[in-house]
Amino acid sequence: MGADMAKGRVWAPDSRRGLALVSAPMAYALLMLAAPLFTIFLLSFWTQDFLEIDRSFHLGNYREALTDPIYRTLMLRSLRVAALVTLATVLLAFPLAYFVSFHVAAERKSIWLFLITIPFWTSYLIRVFLWRVILAFDGPVNGSLMALGVIEAPLGWMLYNVNAVVITLAHAYAPFAILPIFVALERIDRSLLEAARDLGENQVMTFLRVTLPLAAPGVLAAALIVFIPTIGDYVTPRLVGGSQGLMIANMIHAQIFDLNNRPMGATLAVLAMSIVGAVALAAIFLTRRWTGRKS
Amino acid sequence: MKGGRFLRSYAIVYLAFLYAPIVLLPLFAFNAGSVISFPLQGFTTEWFVALTQTPALHIATLNSVIIACTTAILSTSLGMCAARAGTRYVFPGKSGILGFVMLPLVLPEIIVAIALLVILLQLGLSLSLWTVVLGHVLICTPFAIAILNGAFAGLDKSLEEAAIDLGETRLSTFRRVTWPLVTPGVIASLLICFTISLDEFIIAFFLSGNDPTLPVYLWSQLRFPGRLPVVFALGTLLVGLSLALLITAETMRRRGLRRSGRQDSGGFL
Repeated sequence: MGADMAKGRVWAPDSRRGLALVSAPMAYALLMLAAPLFTIFLLSFWTQDFLEIDRSFHLGNYREALTDPIYRTLMLRSLRVAALVTLATVLLAFPLAYFVSFHVAAERKSIWLFLITIPFWTSYLIRVFLWRVILAFDGPVNGSLMALGVIEAPLGWMLYNVNAVVITLAHAYAPFAILPIFVALERIDRSLLEAARDLGENQVMTFLRVTLPLAAPGVLAAALIVFIPTIGDYVTPRLVGGSQGLMIANMIHAQIFDLNNRPMGATLAVLAMSIVGAVALAAIFLTRRWTGRKS
Repeated sequence: MKGGRFLRSYAIVYLAFLYAPIVLLPLFAFNAGSVISFPLQGFTTEWFVALTQTPALHIATLNSVIIACTTAILSTSLGMCAARAGTRYVFPGKSGILGFVMLPLVLPEIIVAIALLVILLQLGLSLSLWTVVLGHVLICTPFAIAILNGAFAGLDKSLEEAAIDLGETRLSTFRRVTWPLVTPGVIASLLICFTISLDEFIIAFFLSGNDPTLPVYLWSQLRFPGRLPVVFALGTLLVGLSLALLITAETMRRRGLRRSGRQDSGGFL
């Protein structure tokens, strides 16, 4: 009883101190994130005529954004590219994460992770631009394929289209996919795998019925971490996408800077964010149900 | 084991894929030909010399360094508050508040950039280096928190309690006990935030107005084919700098883990 009261007295100033400490970063995020997001939400219901902004409430921007074929094409293309990049990145990343977690000696794991993350920290613009060089008509890929006699003429389909965007983004986001999967694999209790083998499952079935379901949360995290930023990527479509590879972020930029239509830019941003949010929630919900049923 | 050997070759091919662009970069930076294509034309350092003769580049570099230093200090300070609060105290709404502060990590950068741009323009503020700092602090703080959480979580609470029992004040305890133990984490956080800010393009592109940062300057140069070798020379220097910063940050992080006597769980993120 006395101990409980003492504990109660200790907690109260503690939680006050915690709140006081966290108030600075929270205030910053409220001012610099919540307030701006709320502003673009408001702005998306307004209209702009040259420099004058009409502040009466309209749904016209949304109607236009959803019906005009150009916005719809760009939005659907962004979704498709983000989905393809997510699929490619996660599928390619899984074996690597699995290798580092299960086949690399414990003391060498962190050096492998460091090696994997280094390219991510080097200039994003230059990395993307270098893919333009690599995939170019006279670039090293075409050059070596021709030297090896695999192809007769340079392949033209590699650059300035959606393929190039997918390859470049899959490269840019690789570490984002590897790390969460690795963390999930590391958490798997190795004795569960031994138990499955002892009970007569072969290696493949052990992987499918024990490892994969246990790694599912990490795979989901990886998919979301790749999907969310790629849908709004601006640099890659501009540098390697050509006119057929442009995405929604390029249109948002054009609306604000070139067409002087901030409300339309805001509307497209709000729509892109809503789609991302909806996909993320659906993915989390589905994975919870799937892994929930398994256990 | 056969599966192991297959996976190892896969891992090596994958690393080759990851490093392909970075390996090409210095090749073209030292290549005597002014066209970016194979075969290479011979060795030259003229593109690096050209870098020293470009005043616009020097201004952009100075801008970027000012922004990156300010961002690193502000984000790390905010990150320390959040990491300390998150690892040491229990308070109402904790996971919600911390989750909200980490949100910029998962938002598409273009959304953060246009939201900030629109509110600044609506408020009638002019764009400058400081508006870029505002955006960069927002996106760097989650990284600072992630790194500093590791540093603060490793602290043994009883060390601080002992200091207080021995008559130190809260402030002097922090200065004499807590601070020395978390310093490696703080340095790692400063370096990572500096690196992120130095390399960040989209937010700087939207918010920098007439003061280009290094990536914004690079972007403007990519349009001119004749400037590409110089851009690649600059890129080579930047990659070298990032590497040096990262290796220092990683060494610091590991030293911090050793100091608090914990196992290395690997990686920054």
